Formats: sequence, C-alpha cells, structure tokens
Amino acid sequence: MAQAAIELIGINKSFGAVRANRDINLEIVRGTIHGIVGENGAGKSTLMSILYGFYQADSGEIRVGGKPASIKTPNDAIALGIGMVHQHFMLVDNFTVLENVILGAESDALLKKSIAKARSELERLEREYGLEVDPDAIIEELPVGLQQRVEILKALYRGAEILILDEPTGVLTPAEADHLFRILKQLKEQGKTVVLITHKLREIMAITDTVSVMRQGTMVATRVTKETTVGELAELMVGRRVLLRVEKGEAEAGAVKLAVKNLTVKDSRGVTMVDDISFELRAGEIVGIAGVAGNGQSELLEAISGIRRAVSGSVMLDGKPIDLTGAADPGELRDRGLAHVPEDRHHVGLVLAFEENENSILGYHDDERYLKGPFLDIDAIRNDAKDKITKYDIRPADCRLKTANFSGGNQQKIVLAREMEQDPGVLIVGQPTRGVDVGAIEFIHKRLIAMRDQGKAVLVVSVELDEIRSLSDRILVMFAGRIVGERSPEASEGELGLLMAGVEQREAAE
Amino acid sequence: MDLFNAIIQILDSTIRLSVPLLLACLAGLYSERAGVFDIGLEGKMLVGAFAGAAAASVFHSALIGLGMAILISVAFAMIHGFASITHRGNQIVSGVAINFIAAGSTIMLGQAWFSQGGRTPALAPGERFEAITWPGADALRDVPILGPIYAELISGHSILVYIAFLMVPFTWWVLFRTRFGLRLRAVGENPAAVDTAGISVAWLRYRALICTGVLTGIAGAYLSMVQNGGFVKDMTAGKGYIALAALIFAKWKPVNAMFACLLFGFLDALSIRLQGTPLPVIGKVPVQFMQALPYVLTVILLAGFIGKAIPPRAGGVPYVKER
Repeated sequence: MAQAAIELIGINKSFGAVRANRDINLEIVRGTIHGIVGENGAGKSTLMSILYGFYQADSGEIRVGGKPASIKTPNDAIALGIGMVHQHFMLVDNFTVLENVILGAESDALLKKSIAKARSELERLEREYGLEVDPDAIIEELPVGLQQRVEILKALYRGAEILILDEPTGVLTPAEADHLFRILKQLKEQGKTVVLITHKLREIMAITDTVSVMRQGTMVATRVTKETTVGELAELMVGRRVLLRVEKGEAEAGAVKLAVKNLTVKDSRGVTMVDDISFELRAGEIVGIAGVAGNGQSELLEAISGIRRAVSGSVMLDGKPIDLTGAADPGELRDRGLAHVPEDRHHVGLVLAFEENENSILGYHDDERYLKGPFLDIDAIRNDAKDKITKYDIRPADCRLKTANFSGGNQQKIVLAREMEQDPGVLIVGQPTRGVDVGAIEFIHKRLIAMRDQGKAVLVVSVELDEIRSLSDRILVMFAGRIVGERSPEASEGELGLLMAGVEQREAAE
Repeated sequence: MDLFNAIIQILDSTIRLSVPLLLACLAGLYSERAGVFDIGLEGKMLVGAFAGAAAASVFHSALIGLGMAILISVAFAMIHGFASITHRGNQIVSGVAINFIAAGSTIMLGQAWFSQGGRTPALAPGERFEAITWPGADALRDVPILGPIYAELISGHSILVYIAFLMVPFTWWVLFRTRFGLRLRAVGENPAAVDTAGISVAWLRYRALICTGVLTGIAGAYLSMVQNGGFVKDMTAGKGYIALAALIFAKWKPVNAMFACLLFGFLDALSIRLQGTPLPVIGKVPVQFMQALPYVLTVILLAGFIGKAIPPRAGGVPYVKER
C-alpha cells in the first residue's frame, strides 16, 4: 500500500453562517499528482488554506506523513514540508527574485550572507527542476509564467515535499501552462507530492493521477483519473448532467452591423498592439477572436468600445462611424445599441463595493426606466434587478448584497445580464467565462447563442480556444496585433493552435 | 568676505533647521515603508518636546529628558499601532487624533505642572544639550574659507545634530542590508507575502512604529532642549507635515530624505535671513511673504518637480487576511 503524504480526517470549517467545509476526508498519496476540482465556492481553497495554516479548522484532524500534525500558522506548514503556490501570487513586486525567495527564510540577520547562500541553492533547484529564472530580475518585470516559477522556487527553497497549487493556470497562456505541467511532472518524478486545485477539467485529465471532487463544501468523490471521464467529473461537480458543448443551429448572417477597417492601436508605451485590422460583424452571427493573451485582443476590444484611442482606421456601427479619438462617450455608444462586457469585470465592469442592484443598471442609470424626475427610482431599479436575478439564476438571489460578496461566476452573470437585457444590436464580450464554473459556462453560452438567434451581432474574445470553437460561426485568429487567419469552427485545434502561435502556414486553402 | 560669511551663516542655520525635519522624515520613512501612514509625526514630536523639556527641568538632566522624550513618543506610536494595526482602524484618522491629543494635552499638563501658561521652565545649561566644539575649531577659525566651514558648519552643534545625520546612512543600512529591513520593506509592499512566508505582519509593523517613535522623540527633544531651551505650546509648528512632504519628495529613500530636508531647511533659513532685507530689483518684500516662501515652494515642488513618486503599495491599508 502506498504511503499517505497527507490525511485529512473530518475537517469542518465555517465562516459565520457559511459552512465552507463539512466533514472532509481526504488522503493524498506520496509521490502523486492529486487534483481537487469543484466549482468556485465549493471550498477547495478553504481546505487548502487550512492545510497551509492560514485558517484553523473548527474540528478535524490533519496527519502529515502518518503523524498527527498541528498546523496553526504557515510556519508550521513550512516546517512540515508543505509549500503553497497561491492563486494570487504572494510576491513583493519591486523586489528581486532572490529577495522574494529568501523573505522569511533568511539564514542570517544580514542580507549579504543570506543572499549568497540562496543564490547557490537556487541555481541547484533551477537545474534540477528546469525552473530557469534570472535570480536578479525584478518581479514586476517578469511575465506571469515566470512569476509563478518564483512561487514554486520559494516553496522548494523552504524544503517543501508537498506542493499545493491553487488555480495555477488561471493566469497563464496555454504555452506557459504546458511548461508548468512539465515542471510538475518533473517534481513528481523527484518524489514530491503535488496537489493541484482547479476548476478546469482538461488539466485534471491531462496531468493528475487521482482526482477528488468537491461540491458545496463536501467531498463528493475521489477517482483514479485514468478510470474517469470529463463528463463524469463535470456531473459530480455540478450535481447534474452538463452539456460541455452547446448545441446550435446554422447562423443566418444578415446585414453588416459593425465594420472595422484598417484599425491600428498603440498602448501607453507606444507599442503597436493592434496592427491594421479589418473585419466585419454581421447580424445573426457570432464571430470569435482567438489568440494567446496579450496579442492585442484587449486593445482591439477597448478601441471598438470607445475606451481606448486608435491611431488610425475606422469603426462603423450601423454605417455610422464611432469616435476613435478616445473622447467617445460610452453612454452614447450604448444608446446606439453597442453593449460591451469588458474583459476585466473587477476593474471595469463592476463597482464591487456597490449593491448588486446598483451594478445591474450601472451605465444605464440615466435611462428613463430607472428615473423618477431627477432622482433614481429605487423601487424600479430593485425590481429590475430581481427580474435579472431570476432570469440569469444569479446566486445568492439578493439584490441588496454587496457585489464583492458574489462569486466570480455570478459577478460575470450580473454584467452579462445588465448588457444583454438592454437588447443591444451589437454585443461585444471579452472573456465571457473567465473564472466561471462549468454550470454557469453552459448557461452563458446558451444566452449568447440565443442572442445570435434573435439576430444580434456578437463578437467574442476569449483565450479559451474550446470556448471560441464551441460558440463561433467564424473564427479570427490574432497574433502580434494582426489577424493572421480566418477559419471555420470545424478547423482542427492543431491548426488553430499553430495560427495562434504565429506559425505561418502554406495557405493552400485560402 | 561679507557674502561668504552670510552664506556660511545661512548654511549653518540650514543645518540647525533641517535637523528636526530630518529626524521626523526618517521616522516617517520607517513607518510608511512598513505600510503604516503616519500623519501623527507632528503630534509625536510635540509630546516628545514636552516630555523632554519637562523631565529635563524636573530631574535636572538632559539625558533623562531625552530618554523621557523617546519613551513618551514611542508610547504615542504604540497608540497609533494599536488603533491602526491591531484594530485595523483608519490610519489617517488615528494620526490626526494623535495630533489633537498632543496639542491639547501638552498645554494642559504644562499648565497644571508648571503654571507658566503651558510652557515648561527655561532649561538651565546642564539640562539642555550643549554645542560640541570640535578639536581645533577655535584655532582654525581664522583660516580663510576652510576655517569657517570647519568651525561653523561642522563643529559647534549639539550631539543630537550629529545623531540626526548619522541616522541617514544607518537607516539606509538597516533598510537595504539587514533581514529586518527586507521584511519591513516587504510588509509595506505586500503584507500577504510576508504573512504566507510565516512572519507576523502585526509584530513587524509594531517594530517599525517603535523606530518611528524613537526618532520623533529625538526630534522633539531637539526642538525643546537644543533649539529653544524649553517647551512652548505648538512649537512643532507644522514641521511634522513638512517632514511628510519631504518624505514624498524623497520618494521614501533615506539619502534623498536628507537632501529634501536640507532643502526645506535652507528655504527656512533663507526666509529668516531675508526678512526685512530689500531684494535687488523687487525691493522690500513683506515679512509674511518670506515666511510663506518655504510652504509655497513645498507645494510647487510636490506638485510638479518630483516626477512620479510611487508610495509603498500597501501603505494606508490595514492588513486583513483574505478569504
């Protein structure tokens, strides 16, 4: 029988009235990669935070290496050889890699000696696990993938034998995620135990040996990965059957609603992010823009929705131009029937400190429906919010709750409900399901297709290739600010992947 | 030679006037680098000044005065810590409250104890810090150029002046060369990183505030026991705020802080020197304008001349563990 690295027995944890973990039992075998899946708010992160000493369990027992362990602070966890890579990196942005690695684990009161010692140790770790990072680089100048490596190095430097990764691929490009998986496999070969928390089932299937499923604070099942399927896991997570690929009929493309011509956009540093892009979006179709994050999709979205200044080119909405000088009034664009679901709902889409009902009309608050003379018609706003909550199944169904207290998936539904219910002619959606649960993804996809079937023009930008392929009627692939190809959704993943990576193909087909 | 002497005198008073600013500025640096905004520098200096002068005059000892100034100032820093670290209160509100308490309590206690209208008794020679004359200063005084520089600028200050300027390299060394400094800077940038590394955020911030209290205590002692020979009500006169401005101007760096404080000290010295003196071209300038000059320049410098000052990222935000 394989030895258990960690055993959790009867763990309970409540935050106020919310029972985040109930009677959790879990055994993680040494030298394996163990996946923990569950929707947002299922209690995965809470459970791991208990293991890392960030929270205390209300009751239950933790055993590490067969011995009962008392983990009261992260220090206790570190001493037991448990390391954690948090979803939001715990790095000091303006420190160097070395300084971050030694923080809290300095060997000497003076930095010089600590750093010298860490430098040689770091070199050894980098060689052993393929974790190359320049030790003197400043964190904020490193790409996200490398920052994550620093987090892993931090844990290894502290002698971690068990490594917990919380949603590690949420911020990574597909290539960076692949690299991460190679590193994790290497760690496993060296005898380390890896616990991978995620809600992306593909990753679970690709890399784990065992997978445990959590739902609403309970551990519902543990499976050997080889003996299960994505469908079964999704069903266990959500508690009902889930359609992973939405059904949709043929698109009936109508008149051109949005025409982008020779659009060029630069970012604040003057780097050209969108380079001479032209395309058309017709009524009754969904056009998906695929691409690895950072290839100009964000800037394209912002320019079209009038938030970012364009250097040259034009965008016509229903045959009339949109002001691209950066002085466009987003309110006016809304009136003209262009709705925008921004990529970053936390910073652009919502005011997290507001109540749900306030966010549900944000940007449309000067609409007559919500006004009573010069004042807001609070009753009308709340009734309207309640309707949306019912229609979009937003949970908890409380329009007076602060928006920050909703899960990511439900926050996304609030934004989508707001923009879709205005019945726009053109809907522009950035990352429709980023950080959203499997069950909610299905719902959001169905709504987007319903909009299409009503004859609306929908533009979707997503870094999830699966999503683009499942939703779009036409796919445009962006690379380095240009549209490098148009494909039908039937195009193979490999073909699209090559386009996304900027590999020029012999364009015999075109 | 008159002009040379005038310059030496202005520079000499520049040093004297920048000392309290420098100490307060470095004090603020410790606390703000650790992520605790401290608008209460002013109040802590004031209680330090009062406690120093009061203890010195009662116990007839400058050293006891200094010790008491530091003790009381640290105590006030701990009040700020208790409110804003332990209870996660608003740091600005807590700092302002400390300023009010300091302004009121020093006058009240001064009146109750000494009955001199809120003042402390004038300090006798042994009760205040005397100027230290460096070896050979008097002999060299008459050497042209170098003589006055040595005798006036370098020699002839109290011990607290030398401590203040030595604190600059010392603070730099602590911040950038020690484990404590690394952690202190880290907790001001991303306390969660410090917490997950297994270090107590609260204890680290309290230690930073102790450093702050020690330095504001010395700054206060300098005001009442070196510059003035006794406590006068509201004697800090906004120096705590100017020190904060200097801290921003210096972008939270110790050596920059020294130059920023010397600049503010220089403006102050200049305005005193030029009061009543007709300026070329402009003619006689009202006293009030000259007195306002350092403050006007503060605003101008802060508004336009420092470029982008990036404060410690966690500054002003109480640390709460995220769910």
